[in-house]
Amino acid sequence: MNFHLRLWRQKSADTPGRFEGIEATNITPDCSFLEMLDIVNNRLITDGKEPIAFESDCREGICGTCSLVINGVPQGPGRGAACQVYMRKFKDGETIFVEPFRAGSFPILKDLVVNRSAYERIMRAGGFISEHTGGAPDASAILIPKPVADKAMDAAACIGCGACAAACPNSSAMLFVGAKVTHLNLLPQGQPEAKKRARAMVRAMDEEGFGNCSNYYACEAVCPASVSASVIAKLNRDYIKGEVSEAVGAID
Amino acid sequence: MSSTANKESTGTSSLSSKPSGKSSACCTCSSPLLSSSIGRKWIVAITGILLILFVSGHLLGNLTIYPGPNWINAYAEHLQSLGPFLWVIRLVLLAIVGLHITCTIQLWMENRAATPQKYAVTNTLQTTIYARSMRLTGLVVIAFIIFHLAQFTWQGFNPVTRTWIDAQGRHDVYRMVIAGFSNPFVSAFYLLAVGLLAMHLSHGISSLFQTLGLTTAKLRPLFERAGRIIALVIFLGYASIPLSVLLGILRYPHVSLCPFVH
Repeated sequence: MNFHLRLWRQKSADTPGRFEGIEATNITPDCSFLEMLDIVNNRLITDGKEPIAFESDCREGICGTCSLVINGVPQGPGRGAACQVYMRKFKDGETIFVEPFRAGSFPILKDLVVNRSAYERIMRAGGFISEHTGGAPDASAILIPKPVADKAMDAAACIGCGACAAACPNSSAMLFVGAKVTHLNLLPQGQPEAKKRARAMVRAMDEEGFGNCSNYYACEAVCPASVSASVIAKLNRDYIKGEVSEAVGAID
Repeated sequence: MSSTANKESTGTSSLSSKPSGKSSACCTCSSPLLSSSIGRKWIVAITGILLILFVSGHLLGNLTIYPGPNWINAYAEHLQSLGPFLWVIRLVLLAIVGLHITCTIQLWMENRAATPQKYAVTNTLQTTIYARSMRLTGLVVIAFIIFHLAQFTWQGFNPVTRTWIDAQGRHDVYRMVIAGFSNPFVSAFYLLAVGLLAMHLSHGISSLFQTLGLTTAKLRPLFERAGRIIALVIFLGYASIPLSVLLGILRYPHVSLCPFVH
């Protein structure tokens, strides 16, 4: 199969980028999108040209490193990460736009690679639990009702890939923060920080310069882990609870 | 301990690629609750609820035009008889509208700053036209409200209507409304405005439940449907009045639609 690629090329964070037309010829339909980019890169290197910079790690849809936007859809068409997109999904001779995540808080480092440290810093603000060191406790020592465990697990499926903020017309990170807060606040292990967590993470999110949620639900549509936007409702709830508790002096 | 914390904070600031726009953007208050993203969205949601209540109450009042001049003129006179209290209500409404708009503009400006570059290929991804047009519909509605107040409250376009008195000596609101809507341009603008208001409410009603944290995955589709239905009912209620005037169902002098009501 042959494709006309329109790829975003940008030398560094400080230089302006532009689209470059690159032909991807003789691609087998069973190639994954990333393998197709590998083939194109090998040819570029053979021709003595600069290869396209893009990120990937596990290439099996788990890690979410492959932060590509294919034809305007973060993580590409279909559910799952961009590495799970196969070239048979496209028409022969199709023009495919490949862009990096576009959000002010995810600055472009080079070509299709963005810096997603903003999510790490939000995690540092409250995306953790406090636990004793030493021997692991008995796995069944703490009872968790099945529906609670299910809801927490659904939220814990978030891999922090950043597609939610990339898809959001406002570049809002609410689905990510909502997933983390829902996951940890629902479980008994997350209770010591539960009241502060939403407050701390939302403040960190605001400081990173992410936008505000307008309830567009584009995040939910692209999330490779199918996290539901209901986690945002829980975040809204827990955040206000936390702020009010603090304002009236209910917690430190 | 303190040295680790210091390292942590310097690491954060050096890693941080751009300064925070948020804390400086909000100048209305210093409380973290009200300056945060979610805090201001709560203000928009709560003022939105109050405005929906106003819009519903106003519609019920307007519908008194159907039983005839006796009803709507009595209703208008009752409102006017509130005297200074009416001004309190007006000022409270003005403050609510002001808060709703101020917070939205702040949030919108931050959203624009957070998204410096758009994608080459636009993809609406599940977003509804109602959600995407909130700012446009809101702006047209506020422009309409100003026109509407000038027309029917201040009566600046046709001051002669101020002197219209019904048989009981009350201000003849019935006649004023019929005269106003007999102008097809006035009716057209009114229909456009209430249509856009319905679009605004359609997203706004379902959205406020999400913002206030009252939705679950199961409830959200129900709230979305409820938003559509309430918006449609409000649209039909408001739109029926200019349409009835243009179709001659409501006319001056009044012709009773129902033999039991006079």
